Amino acid sequence: MGSKDMDLIDEDGKRLDGREYDELRPISIEAGVLKRADGSAFINWGKNKIMAAVYGPREMHPRHAQDPSKAVVQARYNMAAFSVPDRKRPGPDRRSVEIGKILSEALDEIIFVEQYPRSTIDVFIEVLEASAGTRCAGLTVASVALSDAGIPMSDMIASCAAGKIDGQVVLDLGKNEDNYGQADVPIGLVPRTDELTLLQMDGDLTEEEYEQAMELAMDACHDIYKKQKDALRERYSTDLEEQEFEEIPQEGIEEG
Amino acid sequence: MKEIISNITKDYLNRLIKEGKRIDGRDMLEYRDLEIEPGTIGPAEGSAEIRLGDTHVIVGIKMELGEPYPDTPDKGVLTTSAELIPMASPHYESGPPGKDATELARVVDRGIREGEVVDTKDLCVEEGEKAWVIFIDIHVLDFDGNLMDASGIGAMAALLDATVPASEEEELGDDYELPIEHVVIPTTFTKIKDQILLDSRLEEEKVADARLTVSTNEEGNIVAMQKGLSGVFSYEDTQECIKRSKEIGEELRQKVLDVSEKDKV
Repeated sequence: MGSKDMDLIDEDGKRLDGREYDELRPISIEAGVLKRADGSAFINWGKNKIMAAVYGPREMHPRHAQDPSKAVVQARYNMAAFSVPDRKRPGPDRRSVEIGKILSEALDEIIFVEQYPRSTIDVFIEVLEASAGTRCAGLTVASVALSDAGIPMSDMIASCAAGKIDGQVVLDLGKNEDNYGQADVPIGLVPRTDELTLLQMDGDLTEEEYEQAMELAMDACHDIYKKQKDALRERYSTDLEEQEFEEIPQEGIEEG
Repeated sequence: MKEIISNITKDYLNRLIKEGKRIDGRDMLEYRDLEIEPGTIGPAEGSAEIRLGDTHVIVGIKMELGEPYPDTPDKGVLTTSAELIPMASPHYESGPPGKDATELARVVDRGIREGEVVDTKDLCVEEGEKAWVIFIDIHVLDFDGNLMDASGIGAMAALLDATVPASEEEELGDDYELPIEHVVIPTTFTKIKDQILLDSRLEEEKVADARLTVSTNEEGNIVAMQKGLSGVFSYEDTQECIKRSKEIGEELRQKVLDVSEKDKV
């Protein structure tokens, strides 16, 4: 990671954006934001803005890429040219190919892929504004979009990172913290089982620091999981309110 | 194209693993024989040939003068690429690098970059204008599993073997050894059912649920990690992998230094 010539934690232990060491950036998630996609969701995470869309299960092309025993989950991670201060050249680069691969693998774990042989489930993750932690935000929002699409799943994946800045282990690195910090550990968690489906690390950590980082990140994933579920509740409770129901006759219904 | 495996082999492997055995009789956390031969490629500025069991990889280092990145004007540039050529497996195809090759190159690159293996400040010729660009090229010749470690260790050995060809340029003085600051060793684990295996062969990789690469330096610190495949690891699994990675990393590091005829960096 980068140099250490920038103070990232002040005398009061506060970070550049005023956060405590174990505090996430503000996160809001909205499910069902696109019309054409089978499922979709949008996440606002600090200064990240990421849209996820799900198409499928649908027929897989090319045919030789089909799997006769299950559906193939294909996540495509893409950064818009205008998502970063210096224009990003459009199209896949090595970083986005790698991220797409690990996010596909992370999502594959929770989806009941055996139910859809020879088909594909396409997950498009478009980063519209990027400010550190896009793969975690992308994985989090993609899980919500998959739920919105009604894809059978065992759980959602909640994702966030912990890292090290100014020699201290902290949660959810912001832009400057990512650039000038000393380590970053993004994880993806299956909250119901506490299993890890995404785990990467770069920088320099001792074994103890790794353990501190994991504890922070795993706790935070459980908080993020609540936000994911709230987004889905919000989406489908409004639908229920808008629908018109016939009055259910109360007569004859006994308690118990 | 994907590596495939017959159900009968798959069942056999799963049954063995359940009994705590491996196809080649190794212990779960035992490494295969590793041969490291530095300097096998004449035209390269540095190279190493790695045989890890039947996996065979050559890593070559080339250097040329280029422009430093605008955000690091006083440093040289490192770039890592991997090619999975059709020679190495019936399932590899020619063409631009696919997802597997990209992930391989990036995981190897991450260990070297984040582990600050090369002193890139020493590669700057003229700040903001001219610096040495180091190309690490991973060429897989025979694929029998665990390319991450074979390539990562190969890259490390090749860097230790490398010489900066300064004398080929005008007014840059004599050639000098590529300045190496740390020796980073990746070790890769797979999880099959509830078992964790170190250094998997191809058959084992084909039935593996998940994969974890941990790269450590000589201080025993972790400098890079990468989980791969669809399965999961528990937090406790990762702690076990890190412990073992530090132990075996130390042995492998000594081996790399021994063949490079270097005491320490």
